[in-house]
Amino acid sequence: MQQANEFFTMGGYGGYVWPAFGVTALIMIWLLAASLRRLRENENLLKQMQATTPRRQAGRAGAEGRAS
Amino acid sequence: MSGFLGLLTRDLRLALRRRADASLAVLFFVLSAALFPFGVGPEANLLARMAPGVIWVTALLAVLLSLERLFLADYEDGSLELMVLAPQPLELTVLAKALAHWLTTGLPLIAAAPLLALLYNMDPAGLPMLILAMALGTPSLSLIGAIGAALTLGARRGGVLIPLLVLPLNIPILIFGVAALDAALGGLNPRPHIMFLGALFLGSLVLAPIAGAAALRQAME
Amino acid sequence: MHRFANPGRFLRLSNVILPWIAVLAAGLIAVGLYLALFVSPADYQQGESVRIMYVHVPSAWMAMFIYTVIAAASASSLIWRHPLADLVAKASSPIGACFTFLALVTGSLWGKPMWGTWWVWDARLTSVLVLFFLYLGHMALMGAFDSATRGARAAAILALVGFVNVPIIKFSVEWWSTLHQPASVLRLDGPSIHPSMLWPLLAMGLGFKLYYLALMLVRVKSELIAARLNARAATAAQLS
Repeated sequence: MQQANEFFTMGGYGGYVWPAFGVTALIMIWLLAASLRRLRENENLLKQMQATTPRRQAGRAGAEGRAS
Repeated sequence: MSGFLGLLTRDLRLALRRRADASLAVLFFVLSAALFPFGVGPEANLLARMAPGVIWVTALLAVLLSLERLFLADYEDGSLELMVLAPQPLELTVLAKALAHWLTTGLPLIAAAPLLALLYNMDPAGLPMLILAMALGTPSLSLIGAIGAALTLGARRGGVLIPLLVLPLNIPILIFGVAALDAALGGLNPRPHIMFLGALFLGSLVLAPIAGAAALRQAME
Repeated sequence: MHRFANPGRFLRLSNVILPWIAVLAAGLIAVGLYLALFVSPADYQQGESVRIMYVHVPSAWMAMFIYTVIAAASASSLIWRHPLADLVAKASSPIGACFTFLALVTGSLWGKPMWGTWWVWDARLTSVLVLFFLYLGHMALMGAFDSATRGARAAAILALVGFVNVPIIKFSVEWWSTLHQPASVLRLDGPSIHPSMLWPLLAMGLGFKLYYLALMLVRVKSELIAARLNARAATAAQLS
């Protein structure tokens, strides 16, 4: 308990050391999460588009076929 | 070379026709410098000590004002496209534009600087150094500014963007400009600072036309 | 589709190496954190506050390293028109800005107990602050155009101009601070560093570099997919 306490107070500098490590961890994790989320969003969009475009193109070909 | 002079006289004539625009930068320079005493108080010693810094910082900002128009009018009416296609190297065109900008903005600022020095109670012995430092520093401001103006052509919020791009690059000029003046006022040797200002000028004289021309080319693509 | 041929190879390669880099980065940062917080000794002058160094210095290294990467990518984009180079620059810029910000904040948190103030206009802090502005300008210019290629080209020119200027700015700021700085300020770059402090620093430094590499790969992949989406949307608009 005593040791843990010593660890967290950092010899009186705990108020500076922990925020420094905290803000670093926070920003690095946030950046990673935001980048991964964007990648997943884009991947899903691409999947959706790949699923819908061929059908639409087939529909167009059919319409053109009827028109001619 | 004739193209260079032709462009220069054309730009100067245009500026002369719109004298109000050119005098706006000087007005801004004097006005914003006149605000500082209201912020820090009228104490003469303090103002005299601040004078070099205030004059240089406000000059830096005043130069920004007219940068947006440097290429924008030509970009909008299509004459920039002709300049890009012209046989004359685009680098010379950028140089002529920057020179015209300095003649219409930098030179009036140099003329107005002694007035500010007077208002700030600066030692008149520093006046020659003030003019020399500004004569060496303000052309670099125009040259670096030309890069920013060329890069932001066609951008959204181009006018707000230019200060963000240009001001960090201008910091060395500010540092050596103020240092030269401080040295002269403090009885020290201002020579090294002046040499650095000159080196910065020569460096931007090489860099700005190349970068500015590259920026104009990609803007016209 | 030939334009994506090269990026296709890039995607396959990055899919293979990304997990390895990510695991290695996490491992190195974990080891570095353990060494930094538990093993390395407190400094005899600065006490436990010296541990801030293990996040501050690697962040500052990354701030400069990433700007160099952006400048190199910008040069290859302008010279060889390499389609991936623009994406590398675009993906890197916000990461670099974040590390620069971290270097400033952790430096400030270190400066308060050591110097007694959150901020001093010390040469290093000031030049890092200017670097932060350069990053912001790069990001703003990149996003200011309707066409992504124009934004990328303008930003590439700016990055190269900035890169030429970084040493000049650094030099002039150092010049300036020696003119104005009272000599009483404790310098952070004091005596040579002890191995017990060097190892955690190196582990964190390398961990941060690999973290950046992994993050950059993820972001470039994301940008590639976005470009493909835009291309599809454009052809769809042309067809209809």
